[in-house]
Amino acid sequence: MTKPDLGTEGETRDDVALSVENLSLDFKLRTEILHAARDVSFKLRRGKTLCLVGESGSGKSVTARALMRIIDSNGIIANGRILLDDPKGKIDIAQLDERSKDLLAIRGGRIGLIFQEPMSSLSPVHTIGSQIIEALRLHRNMSKAEARAETIELLRQVEIPNPDKMIDRYTFEFSGGMRQRAMIAMALSANPEILIADEPTTALDVTTQAEILDLIKRLQVSRGMAMLLITHDMGVVAEVADEVAVMHYGRIVEFGSVDDIFYEPKHDYTKRLLNSTVKLEQNRRSTKRDSEVGTGKVILSARNLSKLYGASTAWFGGSTHAIKAVDDVSFDLHAGENLGIVGESGSGKTTLGRMLLRIIEPTSGSVMFNGDNGPLDVTKLSKRQLRDYYSEVRLVFQDPFASLNPRMTVRDIVGDPLRVTKKIGGKALDDRVCELLSLVGLDPSTRERYPHAFSGGQRQRIGIARSLALDPKIIIADEATAALDVSIRSQVLDLLLDIQKRLGLSFVFISHDISVVRYFCDRVGVMHRGKLVEIGPTEEICTAPKQLYTQSLISAVPNPDPRNKRMLHRTRFKD
Amino acid sequence: MPQYILKRVLYMIPTLFGLSLIAFMIIQLPPGDYVTSMIASMQDSGANVDPRQVERLREIYGFNDPIWLQYLKWIGGILTRGDFGYSFEWNRPVADLIWERMGSTLAISVAALLFVWAVALPIGIYSAVRRHSVGDYVFTFIGFIGLAVPNFILALALMYMSYRYFGQSVGGLFSPEYVDAPWSWGKFVDLLAHLWIPIIVIGTSGTAAMIRVIRANLSDELRKPYVITAKAKGLPEHKVVIKYPLRIALNPFVSAIGWVLPELVSGVTITAIVLNLPTAGPLLLRALISQDMYLAGSFILLMGVLTLVGMLISDLLLALLDPRIRFT
Repeated sequence: MTKPDLGTEGETRDDVALSVENLSLDFKLRTEILHAARDVSFKLRRGKTLCLVGESGSGKSVTARALMRIIDSNGIIANGRILLDDPKGKIDIAQLDERSKDLLAIRGGRIGLIFQEPMSSLSPVHTIGSQIIEALRLHRNMSKAEARAETIELLRQVEIPNPDKMIDRYTFEFSGGMRQRAMIAMALSANPEILIADEPTTALDVTTQAEILDLIKRLQVSRGMAMLLITHDMGVVAEVADEVAVMHYGRIVEFGSVDDIFYEPKHDYTKRLLNSTVKLEQNRRSTKRDSEVGTGKVILSARNLSKLYGASTAWFGGSTHAIKAVDDVSFDLHAGENLGIVGESGSGKTTLGRMLLRIIEPTSGSVMFNGDNGPLDVTKLSKRQLRDYYSEVRLVFQDPFASLNPRMTVRDIVGDPLRVTKKIGGKALDDRVCELLSLVGLDPSTRERYPHAFSGGQRQRIGIARSLALDPKIIIADEATAALDVSIRSQVLDLLLDIQKRLGLSFVFISHDISVVRYFCDRVGVMHRGKLVEIGPTEEICTAPKQLYTQSLISAVPNPDPRNKRMLHRTRFKD
Repeated sequence: MPQYILKRVLYMIPTLFGLSLIAFMIIQLPPGDYVTSMIASMQDSGANVDPRQVERLREIYGFNDPIWLQYLKWIGGILTRGDFGYSFEWNRPVADLIWERMGSTLAISVAALLFVWAVALPIGIYSAVRRHSVGDYVFTFIGFIGLAVPNFILALALMYMSYRYFGQSVGGLFSPEYVDAPWSWGKFVDLLAHLWIPIIVIGTSGTAAMIRVIRANLSDELRKPYVITAKAKGLPEHKVVIKYPLRIALNPFVSAIGWVLPELVSGVTITAIVLNLPTAGPLLLRALISQDMYLAGSFILLMGVLTLVGMLISDLLLALLDPRIRFT
């Protein structure tokens, strides 16, 4: 290793590991030039964490990747310097040739990168080990055997169990959290001085997120690395940051210590961002008295719902192991109530939601719907009868991009349920669409446009308008706000609450995001491995949960208050 | 794994049985038989046909037997003696005829396949990595021309050129003086001089299609996050492309081996006729026209077997290449 030992020499040298000065990035698009980053300046200090915060499209990922000169071929560094501290003076990364050896040595060797999608950020056809060994051999002069031993050691450091066996496994045999750990091991393999973590936990469950953040933080401190953490989650910022830079439309609008940003924000945008985060920490419906919760007529009730997967036998004998996706779940939904279902990925919450609609057939159990025409056993309905049921109970999807047909205009999309049921047509249909669009806060004159002309939040509004078209009694919202930015998220939630007040709807709100459920729901059910482990009033679940699993889940949620870090003192759940 | 292969081979038996039935039915479908078409062509040339002799021929060839018996005789011969029957038109065993042509057929097809890969792979990679560059557009343009021009036109044009400008004898694989000569250096050079035309003719459309597929597959893969991971490791760009996305982009080709094998034997019949190549394609066509039933049936059966074997090979290879695929 040619690199100096940071521990001993760090004190005599400047503690700034990397400084970015007036960096501007331009992307050449078909008709215009997009200024993805403008005049961005910040410093990364050894042993400290700088959080770059902003909503999607604010230019934070591009800026981070520019530090390693990994930007798309249509992008250029228009201006500015990226100075990497070096014993021989400072190296300006912005000036290095794209293919030069110097740059390749910096990538991975001195700056490590972890990023968002643990599913696709590792090659699916190479073993975890071979990918880490490759990184080791690029930067550290090691033989194959040495690199293998070092890789096992690295995997041990990132707390992967049985590292000597896991090294020969493929990525698809790892869970999301394990993949992210392997990714961290790879990024750290060459002892970089700087670690760039681009939304490292966004795709993970809260408990896994807490573990990964914990791990990154510990490794950073023990190795004295400078870290640039990119995130949109103010809770994560409060938990791990030392300094914060807020990015908005390619500019850093505010920069300061984490305490200053949270307690004395100066810029309007920072205040807005904080408000929408903090707002979600309270329950909008807590004005209701507790006694009112769950007193209305029971409108939908599930009894002993179960779903088994893989119970069928294969052709050549031998039945595969059955998985209980949903295991004996029972609950009631009252009229005018919002019931939240929370749980980690794979806990069966989506399957449960779909079984309520019989999009997925339950293996056993029953669903009773108590509409205007008396009680109805949903599990016994024929295909034809189900259609009437579907006009009473509607679904809102997670992905506002994939759930709208790109070749249909907004009017066709919103009016589609009306046309299918043949209730109204022509002018009446058009009027109804306009009415629905204004109900969800969209301009009715935009109804001739196609979905691509709308932003994510607007699309989700279109999806909501579609679900309201048939005057349903119940809306099942499956992660309806998961794909949206924080500020948009609270807007959409407020919209749903507003509509609920006007139309007297009930919601089954499925989410992995506890803060959203807390904001929106009267009662919450917690799911774990297909079982409903706890159900009760929201405040009770969020502040004084009884079950150990719920406690660990709640305490893993990052708290957007740097003076009161919750995650580090979280309850751990082992089973 | 051996268990999986055994299972697949066992699955092939009923499929092969069905295949042989269909092959036999296809050759029985047209009205009449070989004798009918022989009489027709004899009458065309003005010859007198004795009805008794016709009946005797039918007797010899076994055309008066019920169809199922004919089938049993045919398939029984194949299974017990490796005897694929007798070609009426050539007066020789079918197996001999097919094997005779197999060498030149495979030589041309494999050479064309190698040509396709050698040309298409680098161009495809270049086009994907430098998408929308001038070079990409040039190759795309040439590629579309290659796709659009019919093979036989290209064959005629190249034959004209080689005759007009190089003074070569055209058609076939050898110049007349070498056709029956024993193998020598001169014969080999002569073969190479003739071989380039069929290779280019057969290869162009394949090359063009292959470039497009590699370009599409690879540019999809290039956008995946694991490519950025590899770059962020400090791997030089050409190594990044070859080790990660290209590896995955090539998987679909492995799964296409099942189609390539029968293509090797029977493909490019029109080109072979235009260029007068001694390959299996024209033989099959002739057999179908003259209702030379055992020859045609054996061909169809052979192609079916090659398809099945090709599928098995591609499935096994794919499972070796892509760890996400499991044997079950």
